[in-house]
Amino acid sequence: MQIENKVTFPRLGNYHIPISTFVEKTLNAKVCVSPAITKRTIELGTKHSPDFVCVPFKYNIGNYIEALENGANILIQAGGGCRFGYYGEVQEEILKSLGYEFKFFNINDRKFKPLRYYELLKKINSKLTFRKFMYYFYLIYKQIFAIDKIEDYIRKNIGFEINKGDFENVEKRFLVELKKTEKIRDVNNIFTKYITLLKKIPINKPKNCLKVGIVGELYVLIEPFSNYFIEKEMASYGIEVQRYINISYLFFSRKHKKSRTLKLAKPYLQYDIGADGVDSVAHSKELAKKGFDGIIHIKPFGCMPEINCMPILQRLSQDYKIPILYFSFDSQTSETGVKTRLEAFYDMLSMRKNLNSPLAPL
Amino acid sequence: MKAKIRVGIPRGLLYYKHKVLWTNFIKELGADPIISPETNKEILNNGIKHSIDEGCLSSKIYMGHVDWLRNRVDYVFVPRVASYSKNDQTCVRLFALPDIVENTFYGIKLLKYNLDIQNGKTEKVEFLKLGLKLNKNIFTVISAYKKAKIRQLEYEKGQEARQIKLLENVGKLKILIASHSYNTYDKLIGFPVKHYLEKLNTEVIYADRVSKNNAIKASCKISKSLYWSHNQEILGAVELYKDKIDGIILLTTFPCGPDSLVNDLCIRKIKNIPIAYILIDELQGEAGMHTRLESFVDIISARKGVTRCR
Ligand code: SF4
Ligand code: SF4
Repeated sequence: MQIENKVTFPRLGNYHIPISTFVEKTLNAKVCVSPAITKRTIELGTKHSPDFVCVPFKYNIGNYIEALENGANILIQAGGGCRFGYYGEVQEEILKSLGYEFKFFNINDRKFKPLRYYELLKKINSKLTFRKFMYYFYLIYKQIFAIDKIEDYIRKNIGFEINKGDFENVEKRFLVELKKTEKIRDVNNIFTKYITLLKKIPINKPKNCLKVGIVGELYVLIEPFSNYFIEKEMASYGIEVQRYINISYLFFSRKHKKSRTLKLAKPYLQYDIGADGVDSVAHSKELAKKGFDGIIHIKPFGCMPEINCMPILQRLSQDYKIPILYFSFDSQTSETGVKTRLEAFYDMLSMRKNLNSPLAPL
Repeated sequence: MKAKIRVGIPRGLLYYKHKVLWTNFIKELGADPIISPETNKEILNNGIKHSIDEGCLSSKIYMGHVDWLRNRVDYVFVPRVASYSKNDQTCVRLFALPDIVENTFYGIKLLKYNLDIQNGKTEKVEFLKLGLKLNKNIFTVISAYKKAKIRQLEYEKGQEARQIKLLENVGKLKILIASHSYNTYDKLIGFPVKHYLEKLNTEVIYADRVSKNNAIKASCKISKSLYWSHNQEILGAVELYKDKIDGIILLTTFPCGPDSLVNDLCIRKIKNIPIAYILIDELQGEAGMHTRLESFVDIISARKGVTRCR
């Protein structure tokens, strides 16, 4: 009897939706999405990972194990830059030594090259035509774009909703419907529908509310479980949150703009400092110039590119007189610790704002 | 006579790998290379003071050396070495050295070059640009680079040849220190390990005393997707030497990014040689390390059927 193929991949925010669509449509394979991240996921991950590897590795391992338990047998790991590109090989060894049986595909690519993906997918599904590949590629591009736009709107407004839970309800319904989309037109329609719905949600947003930008390492920025739902927590204080990094940014704009980002980071940076380090500096500078009240910088413990950019952020913080709060996340991070520090930061920001308000330019 | 320009070279990180090239190049150009002293407690503490908490110990020590030099020389030499070929890269900590140093010590005057083959920055061109800052005569600069390069290669060959001799010596237990050269040779990190191993009457073998090209090729046998050049060299040395040695010590500074993964893979894949994994952080005491080394040497002696004389 032939065993059915079930594909899985590490989770990252809500992006399992487009990735699943893509795998299902182009590979004609079943997808077994790893269960939503819980305490167990990270406990499993920590138990089976090298000691001080950066925390996304541990989440990935947890995701794989939970998906393997549900019958997944094809594991995919993307890669690129920094330590992430080397995750795959080590993870494959670890999972093998735990006795699981599976095939592991490591798409270890430094640059974003759709054509290479096509060749790779064709190896698994020989019937895949280039036309079909491009169609679904475009479809998931649309899906990703929709997710990012919707989340961005929510991030800026959820702290000010009048009826608690409005935004989350609409978001949930949006994700359910998005999952079912198979045509580009459907994605467009759903996006329009939900962005209109979101805009109708009553909010009470003061003109001079606190505005805080959040920068740092991609994984902990995007996967809310790994950052202890920091954006939600910020919203609960009535803060408007701005974040630049999401997947549309990563795939569809950063790669073409790397040298431009580096220019934005001048005079602080002269060279690429790895992974998202340059973005963190460039975006912090932009936030400071735009007059944001504060910046929160988050990273996994020991994350090298972000450690690289910290002395630079410290200097930027002095130059522009903008407070920056730094968080490092690991599997052991204490949730109360995060909350307390955030609260203190909020108090400090609002005090500064009140003191300055009569003088502050609009 | 005009005083010579003083160029400070921090005794840390890639200094240990490229020291002959660097010092000779600077000398040939008519400048005076000043190398910071061996790492000591004061350098370490100043390094810690000028670093982000979570940085690796090796890079903190480097910052201490920069700090020691900065008021004693005209320029501090802080190159950026990002990739040696199209297929590899170094640790991203090294990508950022000049930017970190300049943002930590405002107004410091650096001399730097940017070796990054993946982005078309070759060593030759970068050295010419650097050299012209110290000496206006382009011919002097070219010949300085050539001479320094030849000396570096000769030095590496000599080191390898000496080590091959040691490996033939059958009398003693041979232990390979598999670590970045800036850890192996640092006075506070690797030196105590080496020193104690020698006291235990073992022969210490070094991972960096091996032909780079051979090592990189050999590393593929253990790990096929590894792309950090320095870790490729270390892993390659493990592969090349594994039949000639009795034990391996993986020496890592906390919390080194590349090593966190590569060590794990190495331990999983190298099965028939005892491996000890020693992690060094700021607060290390030597006593713990001694006990570990002693029991490690006991294990491999027992395995070989020799009794260790004390
Ligand atoms: S960017 Fe940070 S979290 Fe990502 S692989 Fe590198 S060290 Fe790990
Ligand atoms: S390889 Fe490890 S020890 Fe070396 S600079 Fe990078 S993190 Fe530090």
